[in-house]
Amino acid sequence: MSTINITVKVNGKPRKATVPPRLLLSDFIRQNLNLPGTHVGCEHGVCGCCTVIVDGAPARSCLMFAVQADGSEITTVESLGRVDSLHPIQQAFWEEHGLQCGFCTPGMLILAYDLLQRNPNPTEEEVRDVVSDNLCRCTGYQNIINSILKAAGKMRDAEANAPARADVAAVSKMEAVQ
Amino acid sequence: MSHLDNHYIPASKQRETPGPGLNWIGKSMKRVEDPRLLAGKGRYVDDVVLPNMAHAAVLRSPHAHARIKSIDVSKAEALPGVALVMTGAQAFELTGPIASFASPPVVQYCMAVDRVRHVGEAVAAVVAEDRYVAEDALDLIEVEYELLPVTVDPEAAATATGEAVLHPDRGPTNCVFDNSFKFGTVDEDFAKADVVVKRRIKWGRSGAQPLETCGTVAEFDEGTGKYTAYANSNFYAAIGFIVAGALKVPATHLKVIPTIAGGSFGSKLFNHKNLTLTCMLARAAGQPVKYMEDRLDNILNADAHGSDRIYDAELALRKDGTMLSLRFTVVDDYGAYLQYGIGTHGNALSQVTGPYRIGSFGMRLIAVVTNKCQQGAYRGFGSEVTNFVMERLVDAAADQLGFDPVELRRKNLILPHEFPYVMPTGNIYDSGNYQAVLAKALELASYDRWKAKQAEARKEGRYVGIGVATCQERSVYSPTEWWSLNPLETPGFALTSAPEGVSVRIDPTGKIFAQLNAPFWGNSPETVVTQVLAEQFTVDPSDITIGYADSDAAFNGFGPGGSRFTVMVTGAIVTATTRLKAKLRKLAGHMLEADENDLEFRNGKVGVKGAPGLEKSIADVALMANFFRMSFPDTPEFDSGLETTAVYDHPLTTPPAEDRRHLGIFYPIMGHMCHVAVVEVDPLTGKIDFLDYAAVHDAGTMVNPITLGGHIMGGTAMGIGTAVYEEFRYDENGQLLNASFADYHIPTAHEIPKVKIGHIETPSPYTEYGIKGGGEGGRMGAPSAVVRAVEDALKPFKISIDGVPIPPSKIRDLVRASPAAAA
Repeated sequence: MSTINITVKVNGKPRKATVPPRLLLSDFIRQNLNLPGTHVGCEHGVCGCCTVIVDGAPARSCLMFAVQADGSEITTVESLGRVDSLHPIQQAFWEEHGLQCGFCTPGMLILAYDLLQRNPNPTEEEVRDVVSDNLCRCTGYQNIINSILKAAGKMRDAEANAPARADVAAVSKMEAVQ
Repeated sequence: MSHLDNHYIPASKQRETPGPGLNWIGKSMKRVEDPRLLAGKGRYVDDVVLPNMAHAAVLRSPHAHARIKSIDVSKAEALPGVALVMTGAQAFELTGPIASFASPPVVQYCMAVDRVRHVGEAVAAVVAEDRYVAEDALDLIEVEYELLPVTVDPEAAATATGEAVLHPDRGPTNCVFDNSFKFGTVDEDFAKADVVVKRRIKWGRSGAQPLETCGTVAEFDEGTGKYTAYANSNFYAAIGFIVAGALKVPATHLKVIPTIAGGSFGSKLFNHKNLTLTCMLARAAGQPVKYMEDRLDNILNADAHGSDRIYDAELALRKDGTMLSLRFTVVDDYGAYLQYGIGTHGNALSQVTGPYRIGSFGMRLIAVVTNKCQQGAYRGFGSEVTNFVMERLVDAAADQLGFDPVELRRKNLILPHEFPYVMPTGNIYDSGNYQAVLAKALELASYDRWKAKQAEARKEGRYVGIGVATCQERSVYSPTEWWSLNPLETPGFALTSAPEGVSVRIDPTGKIFAQLNAPFWGNSPETVVTQVLAEQFTVDPSDITIGYADSDAAFNGFGPGGSRFTVMVTGAIVTATTRLKAKLRKLAGHMLEADENDLEFRNGKVGVKGAPGLEKSIADVALMANFFRMSFPDTPEFDSGLETTAVYDHPLTTPPAEDRRHLGIFYPIMGHMCHVAVVEVDPLTGKIDFLDYAAVHDAGTMVNPITLGGHIMGGTAMGIGTAVYEEFRYDENGQLLNASFADYHIPTAHEIPKVKIGHIETPSPYTEYGIKGGGEGGRMGAPSAVVRAVEDALKPFKISIDGVPIPPSKIRDLVRASPAAAA
């Protein structure tokens, strides 16, 4: 089968690959890039477990081919925080019991991240509307909504805090670019 | 002479009592499992990658019932990248039958051998270098089928003959079980009733559909003759030997490594077919193989559809509202096979008469097989259905007798002083305070306020309804349910204690490590065990680490299911810590030159009672215990190490009567709930809006209130799905019409209300700390409350709702066909 060369920037790092044209973006992320945090639940675009950010907007990675992402910037759950230094959104999910089995969680975190980038102070209804993009079978959604509202508060507080924090953010941004 | 004359309740074996002095049990704890799940490091089964691993895909039957005449795999085998193509007939040579708990068993293999019995049944499998190539190869397999008559209507199944019979070895029709049971004086009670309320009630087939499908990564080591399999099975500890049997190796030659499960709700209870198939393929291919179901595989063939029943049910009452007796005939459509026998009905008999004082119960159970995916376990395991039947009858009785539904319930609820309460089938309800649960739920839902608002709304032409359900939630199952209803001559089982184990060790630095022989399946086993260990050793949770035993390292255990894990593992921990604490006391006594009986555990230390400062930390003692044997007397109790494996047997189970006039005690740790739903229905569109929802549960002593709340909320959401949106729909040809998430409607955040949660804690007298299980609850109460609320809203149309689901289209049809609409 013919292959195509692609270049994508994933979580800030440029990645080059040679892939068959039919390779799904979800499989490319999970298998070729070894980033298994992005989950695959239905592979027909309904459940949203595989949601990642492609060029600034959430996308179902099971409904895209890897070659369609050539030249794109992709953000996956692995970019948010680490086990010992969770992102405020992840921290809020932890505190509010916003997950049970954890399978839908990466998709929900990505939706929340995107929402709070666009709208740092969403209403509960706005959050509910975004959460309704994806399915969760464990939580009944309310704790996910509570988690995102709490995360919004945490992130606003951090933003409002001493300028030192902003400096740190700027420095790490510069490092990531190098 | 009562039918319960030889029934007995053994004495409690409880060692730890609940109380205000607990530090960790009862505290809302963030789950220790969460950081790795949040960071995308959960390591689910599909994240497992082995060197030289190939990928499998499965060809599935497009027909509901057909004989396989021939299979030509030559083109598939010739496709570059394909390692192996295997047909069901070839698999039959390599594997034996897979688990069936029916008695006698319904024979089933990991792939169809010469006949397919439902759409989606496995016909052939391909192993290839990647999943894409494997699926390409499926398209190249040519199968010739000879179509057979299809059975989809459960009520016609009993009259099927000839080629339409799915399992001729089980009899001449598709009825595989038809037997009647009577517990107590049913006929007499019905004869003396003033009123008999009758309803025909249908419970549609829905399923758990967790967002992660079932999967296995398997390899076979030719050197040792041993399989190693990563799998998201929940009962790998209990059924590993059955899978090994199907693979024709001793149980010692199948090492199952549990991976965390991305949700189960019962549907991954065994996962035995997937395990058997993948192991077989790995051995035949000579390389590791991954088989992950895709969503279509899962919906069509994961053996995880839920109950599918039609009841003709009757409740006998006096005209003052006193309930006397319950009886019904139920037809259950099990689909093409019978992996758990009729266990879902055995389960339901643990609480079939609900929280009410009902003296007798009778049932005719007709189990049929049809050309559909077989049933599996789904949150409630059949008891959620009888809860619905009971509550429908109670609401119907209230309407018929002119009672307020809450008043009728209140009049019949078992009273606090009546526990332990022996219900007609012989199971007991260990403890409860149903009045307190009801009162709290009505308060939380502002019931009186909604009553008033409802009346106002009616005047404005709005349809607001209120539904109240008071339901049981049995927990801590003992497997009697799987065999007690089987024919007396072939019960297939004997009484088991369904043990659960734990292994605990304290390392030389004082850190505590516990291993479980049960997986994470979306619950929080690590957090629960951490809390109980912290309680027992008076240490900080951060000093505790939890791991999972693979089946080489394992000990007695079953795994999570039937809301049993928290109670059972806590029992095992208490046994383990009792031993380890005795040894710590002995060692510390020697180190402190104190009498071990004068020592207590405080803040992670062993110290002399009443003598602050006279103490040794657990870490100090552990260092000595692990490395410095020679510092202690030369008697065996001081031998090196701080490590033990403990097993806890079911705390309260007794055998059924030999003639089954009662079933003994088999599911006694009885939770309770009251759900109150307030809805507004648009009769033109059938749309339901939730105006309020309250759920109060009593799961005994709570270990972690925040996670129990999570189960209640999530279970309620599933219950709303079952009640309103979800149903697997088969057409007359046995084609599943909605085998995708686009067509099978799992509720989103827009369909699920905010649920106000309340708790009542009535400790069990029989379990450690008085804990009861609480994993299934929400789904066991929500359908009853929601359906009644809709029915109540539509009272002006005089319709009765006798089944689930009730999607908007169904509500609209009911309204249009109603007498009021015709008038």
